[in-house]
Amino acid sequence: MTTDAPATAPSSVSSRFHAGNLLREPLLGPLVALVLAIIIFSSVSNSFLNPQNVSLILQQSVVVGILAVGQTLIILTSGIDLSIGAVAVFGTIVMAQTAGANGPVMALGSTLLVCVVFGAINGGLVTALRLPPFIVTLGTFTAIQAATRLLAGSETYRVEPGLLTFLGTSFRVGSFSTTYGVVAMLLVYLVMWYALSQTAWGKHVYAVGGNPQASNLSGIKSQRVLFSVYLTTGVIAAIAAWAALGRIPNADPNAYQNANLESITAVVIGGTSLFGGRGGVGGTLVGTLIVGVLRNGLTQAGVDNLYQNIATGVLVIVAVAVDQFARRRSQ
Amino acid sequence: MTGAPVLEARGLVKKYGNVTAINGADFELRAGEVLAVIGDNGAGKTSLIKALAGAVVPDSGEMLMNGSPVSFKNTRDARAAGIETVYQDLAVVQALDIASNLYLGREVRRKGIAGSLFRRLDMPRMREEASQHLADLKIGIKSVNQAVETLSGGQRQAVAVARSAAFATKLVILDEPTAALDVSVQAVVLNLLQDLKASMGMSYLFVSHDLNVVRLLCDRVIVMRTGRIVEQGPAESVLGNPQDAYTKELLTAIPHPPLPA
Repeated sequence: MTTDAPATAPSSVSSRFHAGNLLREPLLGPLVALVLAIIIFSSVSNSFLNPQNVSLILQQSVVVGILAVGQTLIILTSGIDLSIGAVAVFGTIVMAQTAGANGPVMALGSTLLVCVVFGAINGGLVTALRLPPFIVTLGTFTAIQAATRLLAGSETYRVEPGLLTFLGTSFRVGSFSTTYGVVAMLLVYLVMWYALSQTAWGKHVYAVGGNPQASNLSGIKSQRVLFSVYLTTGVIAAIAAWAALGRIPNADPNAYQNANLESITAVVIGGTSLFGGRGGVGGTLVGTLIVGVLRNGLTQAGVDNLYQNIATGVLVIVAVAVDQFARRRSQ
Repeated sequence: MTGAPVLEARGLVKKYGNVTAINGADFELRAGEVLAVIGDNGAGKTSLIKALAGAVVPDSGEMLMNGSPVSFKNTRDARAAGIETVYQDLAVVQALDIASNLYLGREVRRKGIAGSLFRRLDMPRMREEASQHLADLKIGIKSVNQAVETLSGGQRQAVAVARSAAFATKLVILDEPTAALDVSVQAVVLNLLQDLKASMGMSYLFVSHDLNVVRLLCDRVIVMRTGRIVEQGPAESVLGNPQDAYTKELLTAIPHPPLPA
């Protein structure tokens, strides 16, 4: 990715780690962190890099990884989404309940509809009433979580193997076995990378997040762009719900309680700025893998889950500090 | 040198709540002319240019371009009519590259199915044309792929001027284009503006606090006070022999440092 670095010239090598370069090469920091984590864990544990474990890390990253794409979009517009995890969990309940009576296709359709409606509610409140996204999604998060419990009771709903568990189906490439869920996650990343980097819509998402006034003066319909971001995030939440039932074919109202915060973690570690307007899904993919590698490696090393949370928390704060520092240097 | 009116304003009024920002503005701007708008803070200069740029919609009055009535609901309408604006805060997106900033809100898509169905932008073409526009201005920017935040203040200003010069067909509006700049950088931007004036034959509307800049660049001057145009006329007569009491006050209140070389 950054192989064009002239390794022979010491001055330019050191200048690559200059704060300004971190801004211009936002993927560099997260990539270095990922490679370091992989080197450390593979030296501690012999089984860390074997194909089964790599496949496991990827599969464990699928749901949060997909949610993190939606989270990236919202954070790029200098917002934050506290509800996307709860929307996806609600989606799994809707999917499982609809599947029983109306079949899997209707189940997927109604989940997509419900998730997009939640996206529209968030987007409508943020754009039409100009409310801060933090407060809007805190409110919808609380309401959706309660609605999930009301809808599900205290039960979990098993889904029959088939279309709804398709993303959990595994296939082999040589000796490497993985699931269609991993493929779906990578596809979501690829599509959003394209949309953000190759289309006018993507430029406008960055512009609206980076400088809303300038965007308006440039003739961009900022509110419409913002609304479309929240709608897209709804679609992504529905895909995450589908992938979640692929991983565990049980719709559980208490599942994925941490998924929302973990999606924010992945985005921030991946170098997308909480101030909006800079970053991208490439960094978020790296951020997702950092969290996945860290959790898996620490588990293998026998580190307690609570210490893993502490490590993740420290990582988030470091990532935000780097972002702040880089911003200050650029101004 | 100056010809038929490109833009005419008749009785423009803009109110914000109880405050009347523009109180019946009548003026015209001729082809190839540089018109200055001067006045203290709160005189309504910025509101006036925002109305001409489509950024605010006047409450009443009318605007004509080449004799035909126009009404701008937003900045897109004004752009489509050939009016480009350099705002005081430049209205650039710092984290985006120069080419993306130049084409923001008017991106060019690829030909064929890649553009129509997959909405793919023609980045190579936009970069090439952006490079050309900047090369014409000779402001020493190496690559249009660099983010605007990597540029110096003067270069950012020059990018904003280049954007307007590249896309305007009738009129460029400049809001305090040198106010935030060091004196040495001011000279660079002023030379740039003078070159553009000479080479493009475009009309300019120029808002400035700096009367030296106005003397240097402008053919005619409008003096505004609390939303009203109190005096207008050729630059030498308004600045040399002001008729209105407020204009006299304005001219004597501002010290006259030597022009930056």
